[in-house]
Amino acid sequence: MRDARGQIRRLPGLRLWLSGGWLTFLVLAAVFAPLISPHDPLAQDLFAGRLPPVWEQGADPAYLLGTDSLGRDVLSRMLHGGRLALIVALVAGTLTCLIGASLGLIAGYYRGWADLVISRFIDIWMAFPPVLFAILLIAVIGTGLMSVIIAIVVIDWTRFARVVRAEAMSQGAMDYVASAQVAGRSRLGTALSEILPNVLPTIVALLTLEMGIAVIVEAILSFVNLSISTDQPTWGGMIAEGRTSIYQAWWVLVFPLFALFLTVLSFSQLGEGLKDHFDPVLR
Amino acid sequence: MSYLSIQDLEVRLTNGTPLLRRVSLDVEPGEVRALVGESGAGKSMIGKAVLGILPRAARLTGGAILLDGENLESLSPKARRQRIGAKVALIPQDPLTALNPSRRVGPQVTDRLVDILGWKRSEAEMRALELLEEVHIQAPDRVMKAYPHELSGGMRQRILIASAFAAEPKLIIADEPTTALDVTVQKQILKLIRDMQQRHGTALLFVTHDLGVVSKIAQTLTVLYAGKVVEATDVGAFFAHPAHAYSRALLAATPKYTDPESSLTPVPGSVIAAVEGEVAAFDAELSGAGRR
Amino acid sequence: MPIVRALLTRLITTFITLFGAAVIVFVVIRVVPGNPIAMMLPPGATEADIDRLKTLYGLDKSILEQFLIWLGNVAQGDFGTSITLRQPVYDLVIGRLPATLELSIMALLIAVVLGGAAALTATLYRGSRVEGGIDVAGGIALSLPDFLWGLALILLFGVLWPLFHISGRISPSLGFDFSSNFFLFEAIARMRFDVVADLMGHMLMPALALAIPLAAIILQLLKQSLKECMHDDYITLARTKGYSESSIILRDALPNAILPTLTLIGVQFTFLIGGTVIIERLFSYEGLGNMAIDAVINRDLPLIQGIVLVFALLFTLVNLLVDMTYAALNPRLRHA
Repeated sequence: MRDARGQIRRLPGLRLWLSGGWLTFLVLAAVFAPLISPHDPLAQDLFAGRLPPVWEQGADPAYLLGTDSLGRDVLSRMLHGGRLALIVALVAGTLTCLIGASLGLIAGYYRGWADLVISRFIDIWMAFPPVLFAILLIAVIGTGLMSVIIAIVVIDWTRFARVVRAEAMSQGAMDYVASAQVAGRSRLGTALSEILPNVLPTIVALLTLEMGIAVIVEAILSFVNLSISTDQPTWGGMIAEGRTSIYQAWWVLVFPLFALFLTVLSFSQLGEGLKDHFDPVLR
Repeated sequence: MSYLSIQDLEVRLTNGTPLLRRVSLDVEPGEVRALVGESGAGKSMIGKAVLGILPRAARLTGGAILLDGENLESLSPKARRQRIGAKVALIPQDPLTALNPSRRVGPQVTDRLVDILGWKRSEAEMRALELLEEVHIQAPDRVMKAYPHELSGGMRQRILIASAFAAEPKLIIADEPTTALDVTVQKQILKLIRDMQQRHGTALLFVTHDLGVVSKIAQTLTVLYAGKVVEATDVGAFFAHPAHAYSRALLAATPKYTDPESSLTPVPGSVIAAVEGEVAAFDAELSGAGRR
Repeated sequence: MPIVRALLTRLITTFITLFGAAVIVFVVIRVVPGNPIAMMLPPGATEADIDRLKTLYGLDKSILEQFLIWLGNVAQGDFGTSITLRQPVYDLVIGRLPATLELSIMALLIAVVLGGAAALTATLYRGSRVEGGIDVAGGIALSLPDFLWGLALILLFGVLWPLFHISGRISPSLGFDFSSNFFLFEAIARMRFDVVADLMGHMLMPALALAIPLAAIILQLLKQSLKECMHDDYITLARTKGYSESSIILRDALPNAILPTLTLIGVQFTFLIGGTVIIERLFSYEGLGNMAIDAVINRDLPLIQGIVLVFALLFTLVNLLVDMTYAALNPRLRHA
């Protein structure tokens, strides 16, 4: 009797392809956005306001996915919004990973009062609702791309720190570390060369997850109008507009929402797929 | 008519490896038959086949199991389950894991009476007290309210024995019930099982690898080697004139406590030792025991 | 008693955490470049007016002084006055808290029912395509945050098939007079099921949005836990007694599988409560989270302080409750 679950299990290969596919498409679209956008994302045309997507009645083929209340092309805005989403994902995700993982490594490997302090901080951080914290930070340091990135790093570094700390503590207790130290390696050298490779698969998997989270946080911030300061289009901002005119122009909400869905899902599934791939138990 | 009649039973793993090869054995009403063999010979598998708890990796591929004249495999899964619940009971091997840690032991002795056989809760409680007294547990009213982790291994095995006799089954399958116990406790438990069997007149299929135990409790025995029946006879005849070479080797391998100078004689050759390991591996992969 | 000592230690760490959180917020928002006072006054205000209001709100003192004053007041139950809403912070927070609590608890219940049922079903049909399908659904539910689910639900059941309300807490046309702010509990207690229906119609979508990710986590955890339990010997023994597979899962496996799941649910519940901030905004639900966003945007320091403190308090209370429940339910700990 074969495990029928295996039929669904074979999907992970599929899921990695799908998520990788969408993300690649997104990267290309973002990179070439200025070239392939049919319109200027900021250009308003009040006579062309609230036009539906091209397959609906009363549409204008010049605007494939329709226009918003100010007559701006939804497709072009989505392409440019994708740029921002990707930039935030890559920069904020990587930064959060680096800072969080480093702090976690220090806490888990060196222990002592470094661990005490960092662990206390992690606990305190967990007492804050993340969204509120992010909004608070932006309110304090002002809007802008840098601020958004900083906010993401500040609210989510604990995710990496906890995991890396736990791994470093368990790995640090293992024999191979002791033997490395006996062999005369410096503590930092040991930490980096012995522990890091074993912790790396987890970190990589978390990194892709974090990128998805970064995209969401940016979207939420732009939803409450606290993201970037210029009027560059953002998916979150488009969703906010779409929410208010949801009965009259559903497409303004649906398309950026769909893009968000696919992007976050892809990052997530990519992370899961990588985690499974690296999990020695399943190998 | 035998109460339990196993005829040409064949059990294989899903990949085809045979575990039991045309095994036949009978247990008469009230009889104590020992099922003897080394680890991996398949003796536990026979009991599991009867009880319907074969691991997921194994299935019945041939033969028949007749209980009180009824072919068990011809029944619907639900009917088979209920028949077994009413007429057969298991005394498991490891008392430390065979009781539900989250429930008190009292209800675990008589739960099948209430849930499957429709007894009233108050009647079941009284019966539980009776049974606990029968297995010589002091202060049974207090023990009934205890959780498994509060009791010793020996006590837990007594409770499991009490639970086995609760519904007055006509057949009890004891799967190496003394193996996991301290040596000092083993003798007591063995004596308890024997006494209760005699008092209730239950047929007993006693699975063991210890010939010493066989001599103390069984009237007849069946020897299993690599999934096949090698000899089936009276205990007396077996010890006097073992018919099969393997039986003789088994007897020779038994340590003779009366002659400390003699060296142990191992049984030559090996059983399909991998078989049990394979079963465990399959089990882990597919998870969960089967329901038949 | 070891349990009492463990709980006391938890209480102390709790206080330290709360204190730390309060300090952080206090410091962070006072480094504000924007000037909340200036925002309150009409354009023609003089420097003197601004200074006078600053003194009134105590913003002219050093941060440390302000903190100590604030702490002292809090100890007496005085949380200050909201700059934007001109009412005592305490009243405002107490006024909005029940709404958020009702929403969170409803979301928790939905998550437990959905996740639990899915886990039990997956265990009953383990190894089949049903389990595979449940795994996939759970994976998707887990990957997407409450924000996206909220938007999806708005589109689905607010626009496409308008079954539920996507805005507000209650229909204004009902004109029902509540004596407390626990609308749902009160309506149930007073047996006004028409009001209950209306409240639920408003609460269901936001609660569902919050519940979906938590349900997925419960599904994963409980399913794993159940699977491990199903290997145990007492399960096999139960089968020989005649019990059916489903009754074994419910009766024997579930009580043992629940304990490890419980602690994680507690932690995740705090994340859920955090999610109410954006979900309430999305659905224009008049709760604490919604008020918090406005407070932050308007730099309403006392109000922000009060709300953050309440959230932190809630989180630590939930954690404490979970630990206590675990200790109470685990027979081994009870007799340790």
